[in-house]
Amino acid sequence: MIAIIDYGMGNLKSVFNAFQQVSPEADIKVTSNPADIKKAHRVVFPGQGAMPDCIRELDERSLRSSVIDAAKTKPFLGICIGLQMLFDKSEEGNVEGLGLLSGTIKRFNNHNTADESGHKLKIPHMGWNEVSQTNIHPLWQNISNNDRFYFVHSYYLESKEKNIVSAETSYAQKFCCAIAKENIFAVQFHPEKSSTAGLQLIKNFIQWSV
Amino acid sequence: MSLAKRIIPCLDVTDGRVVKGINFLELKDAGDPVEVAKKYNEQGADELAFLDITASSDNRGLILHIIENVAKEVFIPLTVGGGVRTPEDVRNLLNAGADKVSINTSAIVNPDIVYQTSSRFGSQCIVVAIDAKLTVEGSKSFWQVFTHGGRNATGLDAVEWAAKMASLGAGELLVTSMDRDGTKKGFDLELIKAISDKVDVPIIASGGVGDLQHLVDGVKIGGADAVLAASIFHFGEYTINEAKAFMKSNHIEIRQ
Repeated sequence: MIAIIDYGMGNLKSVFNAFQQVSPEADIKVTSNPADIKKAHRVVFPGQGAMPDCIRELDERSLRSSVIDAAKTKPFLGICIGLQMLFDKSEEGNVEGLGLLSGTIKRFNNHNTADESGHKLKIPHMGWNEVSQTNIHPLWQNISNNDRFYFVHSYYLESKEKNIVSAETSYAQKFCCAIAKENIFAVQFHPEKSSTAGLQLIKNFIQWSV
Repeated sequence: MSLAKRIIPCLDVTDGRVVKGINFLELKDAGDPVEVAKKYNEQGADELAFLDITASSDNRGLILHIIENVAKEVFIPLTVGGGVRTPEDVRNLLNAGADKVSINTSAIVNPDIVYQTSSRFGSQCIVVAIDAKLTVEGSKSFWQVFTHGGRNATGLDAVEWAAKMASLGAGELLVTSMDRDGTKKGFDLELIKAISDKVDVPIIASGGVGDLQHLVDGVKIGGADAVLAASIFHFGEYTINEAKAFMKSNHIEIRQ
């Protein structure tokens, strides 16, 4: 069973639909039940909205330890805020994350910053941007280097742990948009909204044997 | 290597069908929404916008079924607007599979809905649609915000209104020139640029696209982050691919 963790922040239908599209026979459950997360063979940790709200909602549903257990033991896919929450802390509301990985989530700065075409840098970073793979990983299988994925976020990861970086994207500056460590893979973009490349990444996750 | 400018075909939907008319008149049938959405997705659309123009409240629920069905087959962002009045409407659309919900008239009646819904569901899913018309009052001219498809004047300055909406939590603004909508004369580039320069959030330019150069101008002159068009795509004048190839030949970053 694949568990998509639902802690009340936003709509998980897109994530569910995308998993069902690539694997119609799979048992996919959108769940906030710790027993399901424990039983699942693979866990998806999505997230949208503001990180302080996400952390609060996660704790209100007493899901923190289930998420941490899953991230330590089985194939685990973090998406968007689901990536950000794995780290120490975020500038967004100065909130602490789950601390599974070391790094800080910072806000894009558009003060005196222009994009490549000379226009003011817009925040959120919204749209299709190139994902430059920095290591070989089963989740990049059959995905071209620099393929575009759909992003929508105002905060990004800054980490000194260079060995966990699995892809980078450029938005006025280079930032890490995918991390990989043992059984954890997490992405800042939205594979469920990234058409063919995104569906391929989800397929790769379903087939990933850690 | 950078962020691509987006091309967004807009589907006006009523009574379960895609339609297109000029200034909301003479509606012509342009197909089944799911089929049209799939076609645009295959052509490389970066995102899809659905505008529910259903007049009667009886048929309003139809849009939810349409979005549910599109979201099962099309894996790119879906924006839905038209008649969104309450946080409950936003929630229902998101649950049906919309990624973003666009709010127009109700933001003017009650600006707080933008704050409420962006706090609750995240700025990333709240788009504020602004319909503006150049208005001359004595020696002063400004872009005035209109509601109800351009029928009701609000007295609001569109540029100031845009800044207010962004500050209340709108994650993106969909700016339509009522002067240009349906005319095929191109975007009101001054309007787009004035708003794009004023706010930090991405801007979708809308209203008036008649040929591919207009899309290029929207980005290069107007500073738009995305361009929205309906009729040039619906009746087969241009495909999305052709639009992208043209933008690329004009040195605009696009997703291929």
